[in-house]
This record gives sequence, C-alpha cells and structure tokens, in this order.
Amino acid sequence: MAVSTTWVYAEASEGKVASITLELLTKARSLGGTVEAFYGGADAEAVAETLGKYGATKVYAADPGDALPGAPVAAAMAAQIEGGNRPDLILFGQTYDGRDVAGRLSAKLDRPALTNGIDISANGKVEVRNAIFGGNTLVQTAFDGEPPYIALFRPKSFAAEEGGGGAAEVVKVDVPDTGLSGQTKVLERHVEEHTGPKLDEAEIVVSGGRGLGAADKYEMIEQLAKLLKGAPGASRAIVDAGWVPYAYQVGQTGKVVKPNVYIAAGISGATQHLVGMKGAKNIIAINKDKDAPIFSVADLGVVGDVHKVVPKLIEALQARS
Amino acid sequence: MNVVVCAKQIPDPAAPGELDPNTKTLKREGKLILDDSDAYGVEMGLQLADKAGGGEVTLVSMAPNSEVSGLRTALAMGAAKAILVSDPALQGSDSLATAKVLAAAIKRAEPDLVLTATESTDGYTGVLPAQIAELLGWPSITFAKHIEVADGKAKVQRQTEEGYDEVEAPLPAIVSVTAGVVEPRYPSFKGIMAAKNKPVDEVKVADLGLADDQVGWPGARQEITDVAPAEERKAGEIVEDEGDAHERIIQFLEQLKVI
Ligand SMILES: Cc1cc2nc3c(=O)[nH]c(=O)nc-3n(C[C@H](O)[C@H](O)[C@H](O)COP(=O)(O)OP(=O)(O)OC[C@H]3O[C@@H](n4cnc5c(N)ncnc54)[C@H](O)[C@@H]3O)c2cc1C
Ligand SMILES: Nc1ncnc2c1ncn2[C@@H]1O[C@H](COP(=O)(O)O)[C@@H](O)[C@H]1O
Repeated sequence: MAVSTTWVYAEASEGKVASITLELLTKARSLGGTVEAFYGGADAEAVAETLGKYGATKVYAADPGDALPGAPVAAAMAAQIEGGNRPDLILFGQTYDGRDVAGRLSAKLDRPALTNGIDISANGKVEVRNAIFGGNTLVQTAFDGEPPYIALFRPKSFAAEEGGGGAAEVVKVDVPDTGLSGQTKVLERHVEEHTGPKLDEAEIVVSGGRGLGAADKYEMIEQLAKLLKGAPGASRAIVDAGWVPYAYQVGQTGKVVKPNVYIAAGISGATQHLVGMKGAKNIIAINKDKDAPIFSVADLGVVGDVHKVVPKLIEALQARS
Repeated sequence: MNVVVCAKQIPDPAAPGELDPNTKTLKREGKLILDDSDAYGVEMGLQLADKAGGGEVTLVSMAPNSEVSGLRTALAMGAAKAILVSDPALQGSDSLATAKVLAAAIKRAEPDLVLTATESTDGYTGVLPAQIAELLGWPSITFAKHIEVADGKAKVQRQTEEGYDEVEAPLPAIVSVTAGVVEPRYPSFKGIMAAKNKPVDEVKVADLGLADDQVGWPGARQEITDVAPAEERKAGEIVEDEGDAHERIIQFLEQLKVI
C-alpha cells in the first residue's frame, strides 16, 4: 500500500528534540506521503522548527501537564484517529516514553504494535524488520488488517538527515479525560551530572566490563575516554554490580551506540552486549581470554590484561598531548 | 496489600534460541524456567506486602503445556499462589493478545498493585506493561528503580534518559521494575518444599471471557514474511600482548585519524 500519512511520536528534553525522533522523521520521509509529528508537551513552539527541518509539516501537541505521557498522549492520538484524522503509520522510538505511549495506543485502538524494529518498508505491504538472536537473524513481519499500524524502532536504526522544510505548523489538540489511567504525577526530575559527549552521540566510546575486577578500576576507563574525547560506557555486569550508573550501559537493555571507534576492555561480548555496539565503524577489544566472543567482531583484538594494556595506553596518549 | 507479579516462564536463555521452521516463532518446547527479570518483581512484591503488614503475592503467568517449573521457583521464594493460563489457542500470541490474557487473569486476583519486568528476556517487546494498564484502565509507571507504597499511593523512582523522575500514582496501579530495584532472594529449602503444595489455578482462554480469535495467530494480525541470516561482522587482526600491544592500538587510532 502507498502510505499517505505517517505520524512520528516526537520526544524532546528541555526544548531539544531527541535524536531518535529525527531518525524516525528522516525514515518517514523516505516512505512517501505526508509526515506529521505528535508531541506530548506544552512547549511545541520550541520544537516545531527542528521537527519541520526533518520533514514534519505539522506537529500535533497534546499537553500531559505533570502526568507521564503514556496515557494522556495515547488518548489524544486515539481521539484524533476516532475523529477521522487517521494516519496509516505511527512510528515510535523503543524508548522509555515511546513504549508507554505506543503500548497504550495499541490497546486503546486494539491494533498490534511491532516492536524493536530496525527497518521498515512499504512496498505493497507495510513490513518491519527485526534482528533477533543477538543480531544474527533478520525477521521481516508484515501488518495485516486495518491501519493505523503501530511500530517501534531501536535508536540508531536510521541516519538523521535534514529535509529542508520550514517550521512545522503547531496544532494544539485536547487530551480527553483519561480517568484513573492518567493519574500519574511527576513530582521531581533528577538529572545526573555528566561531562563530555553523550554516550550515544560520542565519536569514540570506551567501555569497561567485569574483567576490570573492581569498581575503582573503572577510573581508567573514564580517563581513557576523556583522553580520546569520547564517552565511557559499560557492560550490564558492572551496572548490575553497582560500579557505574545504568545510564552507562551499552546493549540490548541499555544504549545502542554507533561510534567511529568502540573500545571494549574486559568485556566478554555476550550477544546482548553486541547488539548495542556491533554497529560501530571500528572495534578494538582487550580481553585476556583469546576465545572471548568479543574478538569475533573486533577489527583489532588485543589478547592481554586490561590492567597492563590500558595504563600503558593512557600513558602513551598523555605523552602525546 | 495484595500484589500480582507477572512471571514469565521462558526457555533457558543459556541455550541457543531456535525458530520453528513452520511457524517462524521461537521454539518453546521442553522445560521452561522463571525469567530472571521477573525475580526482581517477585522479591519486590514480597517486600512490599511484608512492609504493608499483610497481604500476599499472587503470580500470573501465561505459558504453553501447563508449565509450572518457573512458577514453582517464584512460589519457593515466597509467593502464595499462582494463576496459570495455558491453552493451545494461545500459540502465536503477540504482545497485545498476551496483555489481554494477563489483564483478564489479573482481574481475577483483584490486586492493589501489579508488578512486571520492564521487558522479558526472550520476547522483550517492552510494551506489555502499558498495554495491560490500558486494558485495566489503571495508571502505570514503567522503569522503576525504587518503589514505596504509602497512603494508597505508589511512589516510584523512574529511570529516565538523564537520570530519574520521582513519580506517584494512586493504587491500583501497575509498575514495571528494572534489575536495580531489589536483590532477589534465593529460595530456601523450606521454601522449595512448601512451594510444592501451593495452589496453581490453571485456566483456559474461555474461562477468562476471551474469544479464541482475540488471541494466538488470528489475534496477532501480523505475518512473518521472511527470515534470513544477518551479514556477519568479520573478525580482524588479533595480537597477543607482549608488553607493547598499546603501541599497536595507538597506531590503529592514528590510521583512523582520531588522534
Ligand atoms: C535480558 C537480558 C538483557 C541483557 N542486556 C544487556 C545489555 O544491555 N548490556 C550488556 O552488556 N549485557 C546485557 N546482558 C548481560 C549479558 O548477557 C552479559 O552477562 C554481560 O554483558 C557480561 O558482562 P561482561 O562482559 O562485563 O562480564 P563477563 O561476561 O563476566 O566477562 C568478563 C570478561 O573479562 C575478561 N577478563 C577478566 N579479567 C580480565 C583482565 N584482567 N584483563 C582482560 N580481560 C579480562 C574475561 O575473559 C571475560 O571475557 C543482558 C542479559 C539478559 C539476560
Ligand atoms: N507470558 C507471560 N506470562 C507472565 N508475564 C509475562 C508474560 N509475557 C510478558 N510478561 C510480563 O511482561 C513483561 C514485559 O514483557 P515483554 O513485553 O515481552 O518484554 C515481562 O517482563 C513479564 O513481567
């Protein structure tokens, strides 16, 4: 089927549109038809220009107030659709809020939601592609039945490119009464301090794993990342152990990163870690076990002890600067 | 306070996954175990019921072949009873159909609070908690890394991209928990023995007031059209560290012009 209208659930924080939203808008443009954004927030004017630049002609804005966006934004979307303003496709990021809104909308409209997508096509049927088993198998799934089709995509699945449009027209839409469902209240937001580039935007990522041996050894990962003007990351093993915050986690349940260079130190390379970093242009791995699975994806594999190799690497880089 | 914990029973994640060549879905034959991710919900539920000074934890699970192995693990941890939905009609169910089944089973238990994991290990759609909440007409808070219940409200620290939000919702509510929320206990020998006699109420799709075409293949309204191997990333150069491997790394980074 030819797609006539696609909605993209738009996410932003402090007036800055999330990269996943720009990626989805770019992909939506390539499917043909009209691209519109659906935003849950009071400051739609602040994001309309960027959304327009990436291809949205309109941005529907529903204000959830101090509630979580799931119930109110899904209800606002459903009200539009039931009122006759029906897109063929609604694209979401596989993110905290994206999952909440998409899940609620799917139940409200009684339509399936295809999750964890890495690609979508609309030649005849609308099909979503998934990677399973740690990315070694690709599965294609087609929607049956009536649109709108709801699909969620993993971050970094598409490149974000501007399309040259002007600011999107802001269309404020009402949030219908959501009853009990909408009775969540965000009391306070805590933002963790961090310096340097963001993990999922950095050109270089240096990640540490259980092979570091102890929490205080993570310092060398941070130091190396800083010297390379990159971001420090981690495997889930050391996040679960409490060595570093969850925000550092790379992998299936953490961040997907696609840097120019990814350095894995003391990480075995479990499939759930690999899916988060296999897209890096260049991978360097340091592991003392020559059979560690991480070496199967490394462009440069060093069989050695992180406690020896990394300090020397830091020293050599310091000597150069 | 009564808590329902959704407990998924899955194939051992250490064994390599396989697709059924006919149905193109995950093979779920043989013994299933409790999804590790749900052990956090079970522990959290037990602790919250305990703190509230009464009430119990009821497990809700949908699984093929009347599977109870995973449920027994959670019962051994201290859950009081379980509702198991097992029915051949459920084969091929997608997340929405699963949510319909779980929501209907949850209603039977009339809980104050429902806990799930943020995503399952084998299916990881991550949309189920929100779907269940919408079907029940309840508030939901996903990605909890800390939960307290007081004065008829759940107060949750919800993980975010930048840190966490402090969020509250009136009960009954559904909360999805991350691995950081509590440290699950190991079942004791006494717990394991006691679990053998704890009630598991097995129900069918029709018992839940759902029609067969709302679940399974007919309910999914999607079709797998292709399965193919992904292009493999190739291994590159491997060097053994003889005290100078850092120099090779420096060289590599220089070639890439990042230093
Ligand atoms: C549902 C689910 C989701 C998951 N999501 C994620 C995710 O998002 N991200 C993630 O990372 N994991 C995830 N995991 C966990 C994953 O399966 C692995 O357990 C985890 O990635 C292992 O972390 P690790 O490599 O640091 O530890 P280990 O597997 O213990 O590996 C440590 C490595 O360090 C090496 N080593 C030890 N000492 C040294 C030394 N002195 N010098 C050099 N090397 C040394 C060892 O040879 C070993 O290879 C998930 C698991 C499940 C079930
Ligand atoms: N068949 C099931 N039985 C019980 N709980 C389930 C089932 N499927 C999913 N869940 C719960 O819903 C969560 C999210 O599942 P998923 O959407 O598959 O990632 C899981 O972590 C479980 O807590």
